[in-house]
Amino acid sequence: MKHAAHQRVTEEACQDCLVGFGPEKIREDFPALRLKVHGKPLVYLDNAATTQKPQVVIDALTRYYTEENSNVHRGVHFLSQVATQAYDGGRTRVRRFLNAAHDHEIVFTRGTTDGINLVAQSYGRKHLRPGDEVIISAMEHHSNIVPWQMICDEKRANLKVVPITDAGELRLDEYERMLTDRTKLVAVVHVSNALGTVNPIREMIALAHRRGIPVLVDGAQAIPHTPLDVQEMDCDFYAFSGHKLFGPTGIGVLYGKAELLEAMPPYQGGGDMISAVTFEKTIYNTLPYKFEAGTPHIAGVIGMAAAIEYVERIGRNQIAAYEADLLAYGTELLSAIPGLRLVGTAKEKVGVLSFVVDGIHAHDIGTILDMEGVAVRAGHHCAMPVMKRLGVPATARASVAFYNTRADMDALAKAIHKAIEVFA
Amino acid sequence: MSDLRELYQEVILDHYKRPRNFQKLEGANRHAEGHNPLCGDQITVYLHMDGDVIKEISFQGAGCAISQSAASLMTTTLRGKTRAEAEELFKKFHEMVTGDGSAADPMELGKLAVFCGVSEFPVRVKCASLPWHTMRAALEGKDDAVSTE
Repeated sequence: MKHAAHQRVTEEACQDCLVGFGPEKIREDFPALRLKVHGKPLVYLDNAATTQKPQVVIDALTRYYTEENSNVHRGVHFLSQVATQAYDGGRTRVRRFLNAAHDHEIVFTRGTTDGINLVAQSYGRKHLRPGDEVIISAMEHHSNIVPWQMICDEKRANLKVVPITDAGELRLDEYERMLTDRTKLVAVVHVSNALGTVNPIREMIALAHRRGIPVLVDGAQAIPHTPLDVQEMDCDFYAFSGHKLFGPTGIGVLYGKAELLEAMPPYQGGGDMISAVTFEKTIYNTLPYKFEAGTPHIAGVIGMAAAIEYVERIGRNQIAAYEADLLAYGTELLSAIPGLRLVGTAKEKVGVLSFVVDGIHAHDIGTILDMEGVAVRAGHHCAMPVMKRLGVPATARASVAFYNTRADMDALAKAIHKAIEVFA
Repeated sequence: MSDLRELYQEVILDHYKRPRNFQKLEGANRHAEGHNPLCGDQITVYLHMDGDVIKEISFQGAGCAISQSAASLMTTTLRGKTRAEAEELFKKFHEMVTGDGSAADPMELGKLAVFCGVSEFPVRVKCASLPWHTMRAALEGKDDAVSTE
């Protein structure tokens, strides 16, 4: 299935890519996409919640547990060396994927939430004083709100929220005005999980840096859709999850500039994060181990590295161009449905079609779509403040990955028509 | 479609689109709020108790078709019932929607039997039972908001 428009987009955006992008071939790599749900072929459009896993990731996990399982950084024996090599190799792969300067700027976490909590509890606890301010935006996921509320409460600091427009775009002018001498950190989402809005991250970072304020970027939703170069972006911290990038759950990454990470106290204590322990005094390990207490999620790192290798093989520019075309197609299709309103209509968007339908609650849409085999998320998407700001209690959200097709979008539209029919 | 029609029966859709007793109850001497944080369904149930009897009952809220129609049908069923009768109906209703009420006689539930399809949709059980949990909280005079979680 080669569409003229899709051909055009990929050719324009990716002239140096000689390999054609074929979602049909790619879909064969994902066993879950062959599932049937309620007797219908699965149309998986809940990728913003989590992505399906390609066979290479599943194989990497199986291989690790079958042939390589051992603890890392402590055994002299053969298996421990194999596991350590695979684990450390994973860090190097992540570093290259982000174009970070050093391997030790890559801290493995449990996921985006864990990474943000690490920065809040370590950097935040060290630097925040009463009256200081942390800036977030009105479109944050709860994971980039609550950790800051917790540390701000503790330190009697204030949380400031950059407003958004009705279209779901960040008010850059307001943001600039809010940056003051009291601002100690900016924590902002790269791509909104509820709306798909891509924030003007580079401008935001440049504005903050002009005042010497570091910036943490929540990259959970951006990482599967957009090419990323942390040095070019110049972010100070970048957090994301493996499972939204076709890797396993329970593993994620916090990138941090070395000079910032080095000056930060440990977040958790335990094994692996020390270089010497006595009952009188403990000397902490160097980066990144200082922030990785306990036996790490070795299989997770190996699985995530396999996912990254897979994504790189397809090509991130190719993915971005293909998804842009798919999103444009879906937007047009859904906009034509009477009574349907898209929530989040920013000019710069990736991955997400959030919508409401007159007279039908999102939860009911979710159930009816599910009966048609179409998996979407219905609810507040763990971003209750942005729902409140846009005046909707809940939305239905279809979110794409590169393995989705125009046929998936057609199935989505057809299922929405069915919901309207049921409620007519 | 047949499965969907079992869930979204005409009576349910009718009560969703035209909820009965949908207002704040003047003279209510009990009320309680219920909330399903997973989907954002919200409901307030108002009771005017005359001794042990539910003299008047009404609700306000926003949410999905299942939660709002369940609330509407609950109010039409419970007016004039005693507290014990209300509790008993809730027990039977709950057994029906959770699917463990094989012994329950649909006749005893009357109009409420339209919710039997909910048992095929486990994630929607909380939608159907939220109004009833909230009603019970109002009966007990609890001030805390009821949550499904």
